[in-house]
Amino acid sequence: MINMNLYSRGDKLFVIVNMVLIGLFTISTLYPFIYIASLSLSTGFEARAGNVIMTPVGFTIEAYKQVLSEPLFWSSYMNTFIYTIGGTLMSLAFIIPGAYALSRPQLYGRRFWNLMVAFTMWFNAGLIPFFLNMRDLGLLDSYFGIIIGFAVNGFNIILLRNFFEGIPQSFEEAARMDGANEFQVLWKVYVPLSKPAIATVALFCIVSRWNGFFWAMVLLQDEEKIPLQVYLRKVIAELSDDEEFATSLLTAAYSFETVSAAIIVCSIVPILLIYPFLQKYFSKGILLGGVKE
Amino acid sequence: MSADLDPAIGRTEELVVEAREAQRSRRPGSLQRVGDHLKREWQLYVMLIPTVLWLLIFLYKPMYGLQIAFKDYSIFRGVAGSPWIGFEHFQTLFGNDQFLRALKNTIIISFYGLLFGFPMPILLALMFNEILNQTFKKSAQTIVYLPHFVSSVIIAGIVITAFSPSAGIVNTIMGWFGIEPIYFLTKPEWFRPIFVGTGVWQEAGFQSIVYLAAIAGVSPTLYESAVVDGASRWQMMWKITIPSILPTIIIMLIIRIGNMLEVSFEMIILLYQPATYETADVVNTFIYRQGIQGGQYDLAAAAGLFNAVVAFVLVMTANTISKRYSRTSLW
Repeated sequence: MINMNLYSRGDKLFVIVNMVLIGLFTISTLYPFIYIASLSLSTGFEARAGNVIMTPVGFTIEAYKQVLSEPLFWSSYMNTFIYTIGGTLMSLAFIIPGAYALSRPQLYGRRFWNLMVAFTMWFNAGLIPFFLNMRDLGLLDSYFGIIIGFAVNGFNIILLRNFFEGIPQSFEEAARMDGANEFQVLWKVYVPLSKPAIATVALFCIVSRWNGFFWAMVLLQDEEKIPLQVYLRKVIAELSDDEEFATSLLTAAYSFETVSAAIIVCSIVPILLIYPFLQKYFSKGILLGGVKE
Repeated sequence: MSADLDPAIGRTEELVVEAREAQRSRRPGSLQRVGDHLKREWQLYVMLIPTVLWLLIFLYKPMYGLQIAFKDYSIFRGVAGSPWIGFEHFQTLFGNDQFLRALKNTIIISFYGLLFGFPMPILLALMFNEILNQTFKKSAQTIVYLPHFVSSVIIAGIVITAFSPSAGIVNTIMGWFGIEPIYFLTKPEWFRPIFVGTGVWQEAGFQSIVYLAAIAGVSPTLYESAVVDGASRWQMMWKITIPSILPTIIIMLIIRIGNMLEVSFEMIILLYQPATYETADVVNTFIYRQGIQGGQYDLAAAAGLFNAVVAFVLVMTANTISKRYSRTSLW
């Protein structure tokens, strides 16, 4: 970079103002999370009184005790893990071989198959036909329904297909000489060479599964099967709609605010744990995203 | 190089490649040929079949099910067995105040989203680019990308908590200045600012990545010669950086306009309530209430079809324009 001393006074002012503005934006991004974390560790009384600004007031972990003592919290957390892991593995099982086949020049009707994938990105039937279809398939209220129903996504297929297409043919020649079939070429040559792209797709799946809420809410009526996001929504909706109930929940130790803040913290932590990977691969993914048909 | 610059030449090349590919796949093949091909390459089709079947079952079959938009659908008769009624549902919709209101709200909310949400990532990218301290830059970026990965339920939870009338931080701060508490989420006039603001807050940082990549692609020699000429950083930003990333900006704008109808209705479902339907209800939330909650599947499917067709036209137009403009299609 260019030496700072070379800058005129105007430049210095520009650089400083710029840093301050970015600093403010960064703080405004971070602050709501700090606020929620502090709320979750404050007493219900202080939270209700609006005394929590920056740091916990009257430090207590009662809200967490309350959250963790709720069986539905644990079952929904468990379910989220099932949907996230099962869903991601299911997606990869479809997408990797599918994208590989679509990347092969010798595939008959390749343009047609590719168009079939791409068309789903431009046009979709919408909420109602999708919902009725899931119902007709008997996939309401089912773990399998959630896992299979959202397994394939045109964008991810095209992203991976483009990556496979970019791998030079010369890499597979040795394997072909040894008489490897397509499955072996995919598994032993393409998959190892595509680890970053596959990681990107897997992380896309993990995040959308972990955060997925709308369809889980619509398709799952059985409380035992709902994921964490739906549970969180239920708690917040129930409590914020019913002021009386929210007030009745208020004890000196915890309140509606501190309890929902505690659930929010619990559901954010896993995302924070994988965040370093997310940041690394997502910025690549979003750029690979300007994909060509 | 010239092909990159001249769109006409580029198009011709594309056409030649397309023609060749078409020829290859349409070679006069007897059944024998297809048989030989399958015998040799069957494994590829085994790999492809699950994905194709999935698409047929979960995405194309619902498209067939869209016909209920033109039918008097009953669960017992099923999609195929229900009687046709033509455009009756569409007539109902366009005479329905709630639907028209939802349509109006969709357009207004996406317009505000575009107006405030589009420039923000560009501004952020330009500002990030001017930061010399790499540690500061990296940490700031790490933080502003984060909200993108947080679920809408959590974001809504934060918004509901922060704007709550009794304990929320917003009302607390207003109290310092002697302003009476406002129950924001029950006030129709506050819904759009809160919703659009939340969206910008959540996505602006992450969306700046595209522009940062474009800025990284600008040739350093341009800046070097500008420095020699004594240009200030402000001038370099206006005269070099912005013109260089203009194509990216225009393409992103086209994509944004193409996806205009995709208001994040998940977030609206989480934040709105009957008191704010007036300004908050969009087409997709209307479909959700009428169809999935209210059981009027056929009417809601008609609203969905209308939405999907408009979106399709917008996206295809956007893609054509961007293809012409940049030779890179969006997918």
